[in-house]
Amino acid sequence: MTVTRAITTAPRGERGVLHPPRRPMTARRFARKYLIGIIAILVSIVVFLVPFIFILLQAAKDPKDAGLMGFDLPTTWQFWQNLVEVIQTNSYQVLAAFINSFILTIASVAIMVVFSAMCGYLLHRRRTKLNPLVNFLVLAGLIVPPAVVPTIWVLQGLGIFDTLPGMILVEATLGPSFSILLFRAFVATIPRELDEAAIIDGAGPMRLFFQVILPLLRPVLITVIVVQAVAVFNDFTGPLYFLPSSSNPTVQLTLYNFQSQAVSQYNLLFMNILLITIPPLIMYIFFNRQIVAGMTSGAVKG
Amino acid sequence: MTTASVTIDPAAPTRAPRKTKSDRRGMRSPYPSWFYIPAGVLYLIFFALPTFSSFYFALTRWTLFSQTFIGFGNFVQFFQTPALTQGFVNTFIYGFVTSAAKVVLGLALALLLTGATFGRGYLRAVVFFPVLVSTVGVGLTFKALLDPFHGVVNQVLGFFHLPQPGWYTDPHLALLTVAGVDIWKGVGIATLIFMAGIVAIPSEYFEAARVDGAGSWNVFRNITLPLVRPAMATVIILSLIGGLRSFDLIWAMTNGGPGFSSDVIASVIYKQYQAGFFGLSTAGNVILFLVVTAIMLPVQWLLNRREADL
Amino acid sequence: MKLSPMRRAAAATAAIAAVALALTGCSGFGSTGSNSGSKVTITFLTQNDAPTRTQSKALIEAFEKKYPDVTVKLDTQPPGTQGDNLMKTKLSTKTMDNVFHYNSGSLFQALNPKTSMVDLSGESWVKDLDKNFKQVVSVDGKVYGAPLGTSSAGGILYNKKIYQQLGLSIPTTWDEFIANSNKIKTADPNVTPILQSFGDTWTSQLLVLGDFANINKQDPNWATDYTENKNGAKYVNQPAFEGFQHTAQIVPAGLVNKDYASMTNAQAMDALANGTAAQYPMLTGSMATVQQNEPDKINDIGVFAIPSPDAQYTSLTLWEPNALYISSTTSGDKLKASKEFVAFANSPQGCEIQNKTGAAAGPYSTSACSLPSDAPAFTKDVQKYIDDDKASPALEFKSPIKGPNLETILIAVASGSTSAQVGAQQYDQDVKAQAQQLGIKGW
Repeated sequence: MTVTRAITTAPRGERGVLHPPRRPMTARRFARKYLIGIIAILVSIVVFLVPFIFILLQAAKDPKDAGLMGFDLPTTWQFWQNLVEVIQTNSYQVLAAFINSFILTIASVAIMVVFSAMCGYLLHRRRTKLNPLVNFLVLAGLIVPPAVVPTIWVLQGLGIFDTLPGMILVEATLGPSFSILLFRAFVATIPRELDEAAIIDGAGPMRLFFQVILPLLRPVLITVIVVQAVAVFNDFTGPLYFLPSSSNPTVQLTLYNFQSQAVSQYNLLFMNILLITIPPLIMYIFFNRQIVAGMTSGAVKG
Repeated sequence: MTTASVTIDPAAPTRAPRKTKSDRRGMRSPYPSWFYIPAGVLYLIFFALPTFSSFYFALTRWTLFSQTFIGFGNFVQFFQTPALTQGFVNTFIYGFVTSAAKVVLGLALALLLTGATFGRGYLRAVVFFPVLVSTVGVGLTFKALLDPFHGVVNQVLGFFHLPQPGWYTDPHLALLTVAGVDIWKGVGIATLIFMAGIVAIPSEYFEAARVDGAGSWNVFRNITLPLVRPAMATVIILSLIGGLRSFDLIWAMTNGGPGFSSDVIASVIYKQYQAGFFGLSTAGNVILFLVVTAIMLPVQWLLNRREADL
Repeated sequence: MKLSPMRRAAAATAAIAAVALALTGCSGFGSTGSNSGSKVTITFLTQNDAPTRTQSKALIEAFEKKYPDVTVKLDTQPPGTQGDNLMKTKLSTKTMDNVFHYNSGSLFQALNPKTSMVDLSGESWVKDLDKNFKQVVSVDGKVYGAPLGTSSAGGILYNKKIYQQLGLSIPTTWDEFIANSNKIKTADPNVTPILQSFGDTWTSQLLVLGDFANINKQDPNWATDYTENKNGAKYVNQPAFEGFQHTAQIVPAGLVNKDYASMTNAQAMDALANGTAAQYPMLTGSMATVQQNEPDKINDIGVFAIPSPDAQYTSLTLWEPNALYISSTTSGDKLKASKEFVAFANSPQGCEIQNKTGAAAGPYSTSACSLPSDAPAFTKDVQKYIDDDKASPALEFKSPIKGPNLETILIAVASGSTSAQVGAQQYDQDVKAQAQQLGIKGW
């Protein structure tokens, strides 16, 4: 259950580019480009970078310093010490939580991606009377807030409440709406002729989808996988409701509960925050360009 | 009299007989309907079923194992308790404030980041990164930064002899403070969507405008703004839905406090659930559902009056 | 990242394997252990705050030494309102640990003990229980819990040194209390007369909940009337209303610390011990912080009962200790081991551990354990009220109904967003909702 997700809606215009064509440089434009740029960079550092630097500094301090919450360098650097202490707390609860979160993320994203690709693909390719209904259901999935307590009731009825498989299935249900829309938009850019060529070659529907279409969906596939993986990994509300006991916590739950424990140990709390930020950071570093490309690719022909 | 004869050209490709409708049905179609089934099953069991049953359970006093039908008792209670009505109002405020801010700031940033600005690559990376960070982590970090007496923000303000408000301890400010953090975290996606929209505008339009001697403001007003409408529609819809349903950040930063001043419907739902008032909590869900739908339908209709590729 | 068919198949297999792994017994990490060989493993759930965990670990260690073929696995969860719901959910989904540590009194009642817990009335330690305590862990005469830790009192913790310096005497009426506070304020503006610490939201309830002994002295039937919704026993009426009035009074009177909205309980205790504050409406259980941070100052702090407007009613409100319960899903060997563990907690060895790792906040609720001779001075203050028969267990031990929103309502009242009158009305409504949810007759 995430807050906002992005979807490309660029109209199918002609080739647009991320870099506007060069124009002659006048003094005014020079000032605009560099002056505004520098101001923007400075502002961005204060607004966007300071919080992260703060996390880093807090994570390296000793408990007393961290309790003061100032934006200064630690008097004693105990980064490594804090790291070890956080990991060891509660018999390696943080590690267990990471493993749980990874299992949850990988499993639910795998399911989500395949199912929603199938739907998005079919929505575009096959125009039947079913389409308006499916469209409506997809939109409903986006808008309607999930009814939590009844979902708990259903999960309990199936005997999978408070278990990872139950959580995986819930995440795999609530995520697809957005991915389906993305896939549908992208499948539109794959010409039907390819389909027909494959069919003539004797491909059945499964082969057509998995071997011909899916590889061509690569750009948007990466976008969807990364965005959904981050969303599931960062999901707090879901595990809060559906994984309440501490025997299967995810990292978000562990962090939240750590507050009451680390009441006088802000350094450990922030080390925990830092650890949780690392997987998305890694994903971001590797896939930053692909994410942006995937978003804008609706406008650029692949 | 001539004899008509048909010559078959062996080099011409043999056309497969035209598929009849009966052939297209079922598994012989390359687009089988059963592709919908996997997602459909999940949707039915874990989404549709709970949503429909919520309408029933909202009318009961529920303990997960037994329920007593009490008609609209839960709804009456919901609107009688001042704490709950406050949450109702706050939801609107939160949703619209965050959405409006994300639209305006997102567009402004997108313009900046698609124009010829120095350090653009870096700026794009930095603006988008908060989107990927854990909401709980962000909430806790800002709670420390905005601490009224020890936090960095107030210390800096104090240095400049500016007032140092109780960001999340002042009942009048708490909700807006959380909204501010929400905007910080979410503006990146709005920017990204707007960027995609701006970039999709064919450059010929801009060139034509320049040739006509249009200044930056005119270009923006008459070309960029109208053509960015689909992207704007998306941003408005997504941020509004998200804002109305928001829970994580509020819960991590203030738990709905101080008092009830930063409660929203989603946190009320959780609190009722925490207290074991399952029927009341589900009633809250139904109310949230009605609120979101009641707002989103007209908004969507308004935005989609012009064809948009959603 | 190439998504060639081969790679994709591999990825899909990995994903399916992950799901399969999760679906088989290895579901997630940290799941409750199972029997290994002839050893019995039981699970024990407690709160995750540091002192509780330290005590639990010490108990487990000593217990496992005495009973080498039993292993106890420790699970923790947050305390407070969050934990309340977790408790209920775990019990109703039958996923509760074998032994669990939780409040006694109305919170215990809310867990539906008759179906969710094992009846322990036949255990040997039951005869040692203090009669007040027995009541708060029993339903229909059956005992379900053993005490862990001392009882505690809810009153005004005060810095004796400041009182001595200013020549103040312990107030027996509320007006005297305010007068003392004003004197403190004039004498030294840097010393906070009355501390409030809403950084920990539960602390807002003391002036209302700690006033109950006074109400009970004035009207011994109040608790029953309140439970049965009779005779106007509501917070919007006196005598109960005074608690709300008191809460609303102190901030506008300028007697409270500036950072009351964000100060935490631990910070407040430190301030009290160090003399930067004079008085703090709080549970004696919080003295554990002082024990940890400023142990040499612990005898500087005393406690007196929250004064009633009328001196003859002023009494100290007591909180019974938490208890250990056994969930009804435990059976066979595990049940035997769990009973042994529960009994161990109040055995001589267990009592010693309780004394060492717990902070004494008052007398024990079982005659099996006694306070060490070097117990802090304030415990004697508490004992005096008990000996003088000017003490009563808090409302939550005499009535199953407690509205879940009291702390939030009181924060709003204290900070001035709601008046005392409106706050009391809101709470009465809250109580009504809870009573109806519990299915209590008369509502």
